[in-house]
Amino acid sequence: MFSKDRWSEIFEAIGKNKLRTVLSGFTVALGILIFTVLLGLGNGLHNSFLESFVDDAQNIIFVRTGNTSKAYKGFQEGRQIRLKNEDMTFLKHNNIGKVEYLTPRVYLGGIARYNKESGNYTIRSVNQDHQYLEKTIMMKGRYLSEKDVNERAKNIVIGRLVEKDLFKKEDALEKYLEIDGIAYKVIGVFQDSGGDNEERYIYLPFTTAQLLFGNNEYLDAINLSYNMAMTTDEAIEFSEKIEKDFKQKFNVAPDDQSAVRVRSFAEDIKETMVILGGINLVIFIVGIGTLISGVIGIGNIMTFTVKERTKELGIRKALGASPKSIISMILQEAMLITVVAGYLGLIIGIFVLKGIGDNLEEFFIVNPYVDTKIIILATMILIFAGLFAGYVPARRAARIKPIVALRDE
Amino acid sequence: MHFIDHTMIEIKDLHKSYQMGSNSLHVLKGINFRAEKGELVAIMGSSGSGKSTLLNILGMLDESDSGEYSLDGVPIKDLNETKAAKYRNKFLGFVFQSFNLINYKTALENVALPLYYQKKKRKERQQQAMEYLEKVGLAEWATHLPSELSGGQNQRVAIARALAAEPKVLLADEPTGALDSTTSFEVMEIIQAINDDGKTILVVTHEEDIAHMCKRIVHLKDGVIVEDEKIEQVRASNYV
Repeated sequence: MFSKDRWSEIFEAIGKNKLRTVLSGFTVALGILIFTVLLGLGNGLHNSFLESFVDDAQNIIFVRTGNTSKAYKGFQEGRQIRLKNEDMTFLKHNNIGKVEYLTPRVYLGGIARYNKESGNYTIRSVNQDHQYLEKTIMMKGRYLSEKDVNERAKNIVIGRLVEKDLFKKEDALEKYLEIDGIAYKVIGVFQDSGGDNEERYIYLPFTTAQLLFGNNEYLDAINLSYNMAMTTDEAIEFSEKIEKDFKQKFNVAPDDQSAVRVRSFAEDIKETMVILGGINLVIFIVGIGTLISGVIGIGNIMTFTVKERTKELGIRKALGASPKSIISMILQEAMLITVVAGYLGLIIGIFVLKGIGDNLEEFFIVNPYVDTKIIILATMILIFAGLFAGYVPARRAARIKPIVALRDE
Repeated sequence: MHFIDHTMIEIKDLHKSYQMGSNSLHVLKGINFRAEKGELVAIMGSSGSGKSTLLNILGMLDESDSGEYSLDGVPIKDLNETKAAKYRNKFLGFVFQSFNLINYKTALENVALPLYYQKKKRKERQQQAMEYLEKVGLAEWATHLPSELSGGQNQRVAIARALAAEPKVLLADEPTGALDSTTSFEVMEIIQAINDDGKTILVVTHEEDIAHMCKRIVHLKDGVIVEDEKIEQVRASNYV
């Protein structure tokens, strides 16, 4: 199999029959090229769908409240439902092991001032878990800590653009920012992939906010993430349970759509994944089909080759070539052509995908690529394809009777 | 007392028939033949006499239905393809009417091919092939393709190839059939020279003058040997 002489025999046969080799290689290269590009585009589609979720954690659940839209259990409609600090404990205790991170949100607005610069910013009052739920990336300093929350510290974390707007070229870290007359220490600056708006937020411990703005225990929202070990169906069930629990707690009609609103990505993700799965399946089938036609193409050409080489193979047998050596010669030749041509197709395919890059973003194709697993799979397919394409003609070649092959026409 | 057996080829009561549809064509009807080492035998006969079939069986390209065949004391029987290939490579050199060179290989590569199947090293193959090309006077044509050589030159390459494996017997099937008479005599001159060196050679031919350049003529007719006589050899060099 790995004898150097055998290979030089094969290289000689291939090298001296270039047209034949190029023809047979072409179908395979084209097949692999199309296969690679299709799979890459499929991945690009996948990327584009995933990108719509990446700003926030994918396993996030939002809990919000509003006014009741229905009278229920003796309560009038239009009653305001508000979350309180105890509801966080209620949620956690009712769902032990299911909650990963949990943060309240209290929304405030305010004019922030530093020296002569000032601006109006949204202030999100949260706890330390918020960083993970929002996928906030710290550029410098640190995020709010549990200690900040417990001690109601007047520490804030500001977005990159807040620093840019107010501090200009200064380093905001450890400086004091005045919001509605109260000075807060900047302990960190963050960035966020969610866009400019996300980088104009100011984060404050919710306990501090509750103390300074109204001295109450009200929350505007609770965001939580569920344990990643849960399946999408379990997650959907979980978010339904949270909604049911809160409706019960607040005496809200089970079908009241506005008083308690629980939203999760789980359902969206599930739908998207089903669609993507379908698209990928179609792509895969088309790709494999193309590959198969390439393999059949090379099989055809090898059959033709064997027919064309009947005389040569007969001569070789008369000179002492065993059937085994004929079979492995044809097989190795087919495999060599398949693998080399296939790799050529693969490499061209990868370059095509690189070339496409993000040019097709408007068609929901972002950063198309093929991963190593696919490349390994394609290699295996190629080797087997080569074996398969070569086997039938090789067996036929081995059966050639020298006496028939050498008969003078 | 020593008894030295000089027998190279021995066949006894060889039969062969071909199935042609519902009819059976009896081609060889009991051939008995013996050739000693160093003989140069012409096998003659009209077409259909069975001479090519006999040569194919001797060359292990075909199998007999019954009868015995031994080559240099080795019984040739129960051949599978692999074994036949090995024996052909080891015992026999073939020269065909239409040369049967591989068209994309140079003269040297063609001559070296049987050595490849003997699993000799590349260097050794090249060297040995070159020696035999020199022997047939084509050393300077070594890198040429068959299409760049004349018919006579091609047949000499084929002879060099048949000799390169150093076989015990050289089998030539109408070696001059595709050549004009001058070239034919050149080829026969080489065959005679090889025979002079002691090689056993069987030549199938239908040309009287070629047959008379051998040392013994066997006439085949309707599947049996009708005549077998030693003759006075005509040297081909007289005509060249």
